[in-house]
Amino acid sequence: MSLIVKTVTTIMIGFIFIYGAYIILHGHLTPGGGFAGGVIIAGAFILKILAFGSEAIDEKKSEMGSSIFESVGALLFIGVAIAGLVLAGTFFLNFLPKGIPLHLWSAGIIPFCNIAIGIKVGAGLFSIFLALAAVKYVMTD
Amino acid sequence: MTFIPLFFVLPLAAAFIIPILGKIAKSLIWIFVTLVSFALFVLALYGAAVTQEVPMIVYQMGNWPPPLGIVMAFDSFSAFMTLVISMLVFAGSVFSLRYISHYTGQWKFYTLYMLITAGMMGIVITGDLFNMFVFLEIAAISSYALVAFGVDAEELEASFKYMVMGEVGGLTFLLAIALLYAKTSTLNLADISNSLQLVGHTPFFWLVLGMMLLAFSIKSAFVPFHSWLPDAHPAAPAPISSLLSGIFIKVLGMYTAARIIFNVFGLSRANAPALFNVLVGIGLLSIAFAGVTALSQKDYKRLLGYSSVSQVGYIMLGFGIGNYYGVAGAIFYILAHALAKGLLFLTSGSVVNATGTRDLTKLAGLGEKMSTTAWSFRFGSMSLIGLPPFVGFFAKWLICLGALKAGFGWLAVVAIALSVLTLSYLLKIENSVFMKKGKTQAAKAPFTMRIAMVFLVVLIIVLGIGFQSVIEFIVGPAANALLRGLEYANLVFGSAAVGF
Amino acid sequence: MIIFLSCIILFLIGLYAIVTKRNLLKIVIGFALVEYAINLLFALIGFRSGMLAPIITQVDAPHRFVDPIPQALVLTAIVIALGTTALMLTVVLRIYNRYKTFDIAEIRKLKG
Repeated sequence: MSLIVKTVTTIMIGFIFIYGAYIILHGHLTPGGGFAGGVIIAGAFILKILAFGSEAIDEKKSEMGSSIFESVGALLFIGVAIAGLVLAGTFFLNFLPKGIPLHLWSAGIIPFCNIAIGIKVGAGLFSIFLALAAVKYVMTD
Repeated sequence: MTFIPLFFVLPLAAAFIIPILGKIAKSLIWIFVTLVSFALFVLALYGAAVTQEVPMIVYQMGNWPPPLGIVMAFDSFSAFMTLVISMLVFAGSVFSLRYISHYTGQWKFYTLYMLITAGMMGIVITGDLFNMFVFLEIAAISSYALVAFGVDAEELEASFKYMVMGEVGGLTFLLAIALLYAKTSTLNLADISNSLQLVGHTPFFWLVLGMMLLAFSIKSAFVPFHSWLPDAHPAAPAPISSLLSGIFIKVLGMYTAARIIFNVFGLSRANAPALFNVLVGIGLLSIAFAGVTALSQKDYKRLLGYSSVSQVGYIMLGFGIGNYYGVAGAIFYILAHALAKGLLFLTSGSVVNATGTRDLTKLAGLGEKMSTTAWSFRFGSMSLIGLPPFVGFFAKWLICLGALKAGFGWLAVVAIALSVLTLSYLLKIENSVFMKKGKTQAAKAPFTMRIAMVFLVVLIIVLGIGFQSVIEFIVGPAANALLRGLEYANLVFGSAAVGF
Repeated sequence: MIIFLSCIILFLIGLYAIVTKRNLLKIVIGFALVEYAINLLFALIGFRSGMLAPIITQVDAPHRFVDPIPQALVLTAIVIALGTTALMLTVVLRIYNRYKTFDIAEIRKLKG
């Protein structure tokens, strides 16, 4: 890609990432949530590969990282659900205080579920991208 | 009753712990998976024990009462299915250790294996239609990936074929859910059942039921829709073939269909004889057509795949007969076929592992070299054909008894006569692979593989000899749970109210 | 009513592509069409004329919302569709890698 694309991408990636994090953290207040935010975060990583080419990243390391983050996200989600079982006696119970509606600290466990989903979806989409992009190498051999 | 969610949380959590464990200590993965599947087996036994006392346990996710929140409705039929699933999952995971060792990326295999388990467990315990769809897709997607696990040309092709058929089924189910939601404004199975009583037997009612049955026929491979199964099941690694043929098609196709027909739509032979005659017809067609096709197969696993299509017909036959004996026979047959076909696919895996080929014309003389495998094959076959005192006999006997009681004497005769097909195609394998003298190079099956096969053989014999208590404690209550019909809804709301 | 029929038509177009097309990628696109049709149907089922989007901006608004459940279902269905489509494309790419073609008529190692 040209220098313009690379420069703009370098500047934008951070903002895209923060926007994704914002969408995830405000998932219980505004449209969006874990899935949408996770897609945006994955988009930041994918954009980097698109602009700099797959030589810019260590494929093996990224794949390993994304698969670990994917598992961590899923385990966090299950952990939140099990915390309801262990701490309050019912699976998936919203055991945290609900707070005042429309405030950031509200809705009990829902923000935590959103964060877990965001990690899972972001890492998952990125590994899907890597899986589809990696076939290129197989094709040339 | 906090153990209900564990049925799917345990394998789901295991599925995501495995990738992390794979980075730290590869050798621990297999032990971990086996422990989890054994824990599921114990849990299923406990569940079966609990359902002896309470007819239905309703678990409210996040304490939301039934029509609002997602509930898990665990009754005798669910308990029976979890028991069968966990038996095969345990045998399969023990068998996998040596079979999978020559594949790369073992942790991926075990992750998918646990996901497929979680999906199947979820389907049988959920009391919510959309939740059922989600678990169905979790199980289905994992199975597509597992069929393609070897990434050889045939495996990829089989997987794609399976994916196309399976997804058409899954999306038809989703469309049916959408239409049902438009009419009833609810997704809870019990609530839908109540609302459908107000709708009555209108064209809409039959349209939705027809779409769902179409979806389930594709998923469980009844004859017009069976073309993917003989490709997909042989392409998968042997423990997966065993799981897919043994229980997967029955959970995704038969359990769901039976639950929806009997408990949600509230149909029985008394109020919808035409539908039940169609089920009998589909069953007979599957048994005969796939049985005849199996005779001409030359591939060990492909023959067994056609055999599965044929045997699933017996289950549909039993449900189609629709009285207590017929339904109990069908449920018993789910158990009998799961054990026998699971075992036969494991023997195929053992043979492939030892010789590297599945071609019946190239295999010969393994009866002496691999005696455990050969005898496992024989016991499995005898149960599948329906010889006493193995489980298969009693299952077939119940179905025939049901046919006689319902006044279909000819059906009982035909069902027994069609067993000849089973006998002849299984003898084909027995003759060419195990009996015929030959010099195929083969070593004894590894220890863990033999353990897995012997485990299933023991179950086939023990459950066959103790058939009376199996019928009394496990199969009978499960049949009653289905034949309860619309009482299901009252039971769900009633049990939710008293806190079960 | 006509708008619901359009969903069914879209569904049938997708099904037509799945059943008749010989190119593997076109089959995958057919699946995407079918998924869109069902998601659209879900969204339309939840629609109530003159009601608001189900987002709480004031505390007392919920009685004026459209039905939010179908929207949650659509989101779930989209995630599942994403999974299947990704898996399908991966398999299609690997098939192309082996056979050097997308034509389903030439991919026939398995006998019927």
